[in-house]
Amino acid sequence: MTYEAVIGLEVHVQLKTETKLFCGCRNEFGAEPNSHLCPVCLGLPGALPVPNEEAVIQTILTGLMLGSTIPPRAKFDRKNYFYPDMPKNYQISQYDQPLCLGGGVTLPVLSFPKDAQKEAQALANKKVRLVRIHLEEDVGKSFHLESCSGIDFNRAGTPLMEIVTEADLTTPEEAFALLTTLREILRYGKVSDVDMEKGQLRCDVNISVRLAGTEAFGTKREIKNLNSISAVRRSLKHEIQSQIELVSSGGAVVQQTLRWDDARGETIPMRTKEQAHDYRYFPDPDLLPIYTEGRLREEAARRVPELPEEKKSRLAETYGLSEYQASVLASGPPLADYFEQAARSSRNPVAVANLTLNDYLALRQDSPEPVSVPPEYLGELADLVSDGRLNSRQGREVLAILIQTPRPPKEIARERGLAQISDTQALEAFCREAISASPKSVADYKAGKAAAINALKGFVMKKTRGQANPQRIHELLELLLREP
Amino acid sequence: MSFAFSTIRELRKQLLAKEVHPTELIESLLDQISSVDPKVKAYIHLHPERALEAAKKADISLPLGGVPIAVKDLISVRGEPCTCASRILEGYIAPYDATVIERLRSAGAILLGRTNMDEFAMGSSTENSAWGMTHNPWDLSRVPGGSSGGSAAAVAAHEAIAALGSDTGGSIRQPAAFCGCVGLKPTYGRVSRYGLTAFASSLDQIGPLTKTVADAALLLESIAGADPRDNTCDPEPAPSFSAKLGEEIRGMTLGIPKEYFVSGIDPEVEAATKQAISHLEGLGATLREISLPHTAYSVASYYLVATAEASANLARFDGMRYGRRAKDCDDLLETYGRTREEGFGREVKRRILLGTYALSCGYYDAYYLRAQKVRMRIRQDFLAAFRHCQAIVTPTSPTPAFRLGERAEDPLQMYLADIFTIAVNLAGLCAISLPCGFTQSGLPIGLQIIGPMRQEETILQVGHAYEQSTDWHTLRPSLS
Repeated sequence: MTYEAVIGLEVHVQLKTETKLFCGCRNEFGAEPNSHLCPVCLGLPGALPVPNEEAVIQTILTGLMLGSTIPPRAKFDRKNYFYPDMPKNYQISQYDQPLCLGGGVTLPVLSFPKDAQKEAQALANKKVRLVRIHLEEDVGKSFHLESCSGIDFNRAGTPLMEIVTEADLTTPEEAFALLTTLREILRYGKVSDVDMEKGQLRCDVNISVRLAGTEAFGTKREIKNLNSISAVRRSLKHEIQSQIELVSSGGAVVQQTLRWDDARGETIPMRTKEQAHDYRYFPDPDLLPIYTEGRLREEAARRVPELPEEKKSRLAETYGLSEYQASVLASGPPLADYFEQAARSSRNPVAVANLTLNDYLALRQDSPEPVSVPPEYLGELADLVSDGRLNSRQGREVLAILIQTPRPPKEIARERGLAQISDTQALEAFCREAISASPKSVADYKAGKAAAINALKGFVMKKTRGQANPQRIHELLELLLREP
Repeated sequence: MSFAFSTIRELRKQLLAKEVHPTELIESLLDQISSVDPKVKAYIHLHPERALEAAKKADISLPLGGVPIAVKDLISVRGEPCTCASRILEGYIAPYDATVIERLRSAGAILLGRTNMDEFAMGSSTENSAWGMTHNPWDLSRVPGGSSGGSAAAVAAHEAIAALGSDTGGSIRQPAAFCGCVGLKPTYGRVSRYGLTAFASSLDQIGPLTKTVADAALLLESIAGADPRDNTCDPEPAPSFSAKLGEEIRGMTLGIPKEYFVSGIDPEVEAATKQAISHLEGLGATLREISLPHTAYSVASYYLVATAEASANLARFDGMRYGRRAKDCDDLLETYGRTREEGFGREVKRRILLGTYALSCGYYDAYYLRAQKVRMRIRQDFLAAFRHCQAIVTPTSPTPAFRLGERAEDPLQMYLADIFTIAVNLAGLCAISLPCGFTQSGLPIGLQIIGPMRQEETILQVGHAYEQSTDWHTLRPSLS
């Protein structure tokens, strides 16, 4: 008997706003603990929330990017439970009238983990449906010290968006792909940096298993508060395995909330169904309903960017790139924009893509300082290489200098005496010299060892200090060696 | 003679004519307080030095320049305690000014002290205060009403020229009626709630308690108007509430709801109210019987909506960040439990439990949701009625002030003290209570005038016309 898993995700994303959701305090990670506080986000008696319009717009924008319906009326509700990091002992959230309903995310191959990209699941172009997207306030952060606990309320009241999927996922890899795809889209929309280290994406997963091919859902368990995409994959693998073992050995899954210990690679029970909270949701009387039609929706619509998948196919089509090249270039709008600017000042966009992906990114990554090469120089450099005026090694050399001092690449090549020697007469002299200096290689070649030509090429490259056009030398040597 | 017995308007004239200096005024009031407050116990914190200091610097050119105002103890004043008459807020010092306090300050008013109340505004008698009961200045063995009983008693006993209270189900109007002063509950959204400790957020409004209708208009003018810090505050600028004072009420139609004159109402209250209504007719108003058919459901609806909201609003009082925390607890749950057990009084606990129950899974539809539907009906009743009249006249409370302790053990009887005032909050309307007579034993009786939303000018106009043609407001309690 084979089992399949049924997985749904609740993805919490911190929005990139200047200020908190209901007050004017700054929404900033890493500040001195308890430095961004006011009566409102501390829940002092008499303080009242006022919604941050920017957070509402960003949530609607997310809905528009993910194909959700934006209902004309949304509202905020209070979710009641006691916890020391939550100043009011209720969280302002959205219950039955969220800002976005429905929508979906299609999982492209390259969003899957590398080791799974060749599997059928990655090639299926699956669409995962969304239930809803809502906006709520985040809570503070508890620290447990040796003899006491402390709370940093800087995060309390910052805007948190929750994206809830249908239980459409069946593997940990699909969950991984969903989160990678979401992350890319959210960054495209500039609604979040989705920085895991800063806890900007946190995820709850619901998992059940059932016999493959059956319809009815099994009993689900929930793993709370996973803070990285890889932890989601690992915890799901573990949980699916343990549920299958349980069920196939005749046991039954009990509805439960779990915590994931990433270091130990295991789940730890938090509470059972009997201990589940009754959140007693009710409409927050301090906040007016939000009417989305008109200004809010228009502003969100104005900000909808070209989305990653659209950008990929456009780059591939417009510039004749491979799917892989287009995907990597479209991994973030800044890189894609850079490429397009460089490509516009070049006659050979594929060469620009190669230079960008093979050399520029690597050099940029290795540099301790942030670097940037004006895109038109990169385009010009790509032309020098594709026209044969520089070979690729010389191209890299020019690029390394460009990164330090941006100047026209032609100038750099000239100053450094970098020019590819393609002139047949000049090269022929070097080739004849090589042939007479290496009788053994010549004999080997003539005896049928084609690779022996490489030694002769090396001789010429050395003599020309690497400036010879390798393609031309090869052709010339072949010609000369065939001479009687 | 003491300046303590003056109204705001009288004092403003005297201040501008330099017949009195703000410092003398504060001293007069402090004298009056020290002579009568030991009996009345209207104040729970007094700041004589701070008030005298402010009086020295008072700018009398401002609308309330030099006028001392008492403030109910649930409105946040920077640097002062704000206990809401609860032990759970013992030790808490508010770090910010409520919007109304900012506005009082910029209008030149002087903050004199904080008045007693029912704990978290939950009550109709000011007996539910952690700091002791307030007594009715007209009969010290009786309650001043509540929850703004301290503010009403302070004004009635001339320990304050005027005061701020808050009204969730009648908490300004009912104590005004019991103490023989004027109390106005503005339209929901008229006055910012920022800085008002929330009892029931969709019902709470801050309003004035004063000696005259004209003073209520003046004080309301200073505190009302749009506030970006309160999402529920009306964005419309507040009008001049004094504009229609002195205008005749001839030709105006006043609605008399038949549901408000039924069994259970005290005969002396009924007689005084009816006489006041005839008096208004004598001033040229046309009377018209109207019907508010859902009146009978207002108390039930109110005690579900208000307690549900309160159960969440009061969740923040857990001893974690401010206020009083139970000592020697072993863990978090015990800290929560004992802090709230020790910190809240019985009535507050009763209402938190009621509200928690009303919102619980499986009960929400039957209680909270149904109560909200009833609330809509009540609102529609008033909308329909106001098609036929400009204001509605009723008694403020079915009885005059009852004896201290008389209803303490009978919450339902206590809840009925607000039977005529609650619907106004549920519907978000404005209403004023003003004196309209006395019982034979000398207890004040209040007349309630209800107006449509944003029609404070109308009820002030009617109230002023009545007041200026009667002399109930000129009588003073003997305080013996």
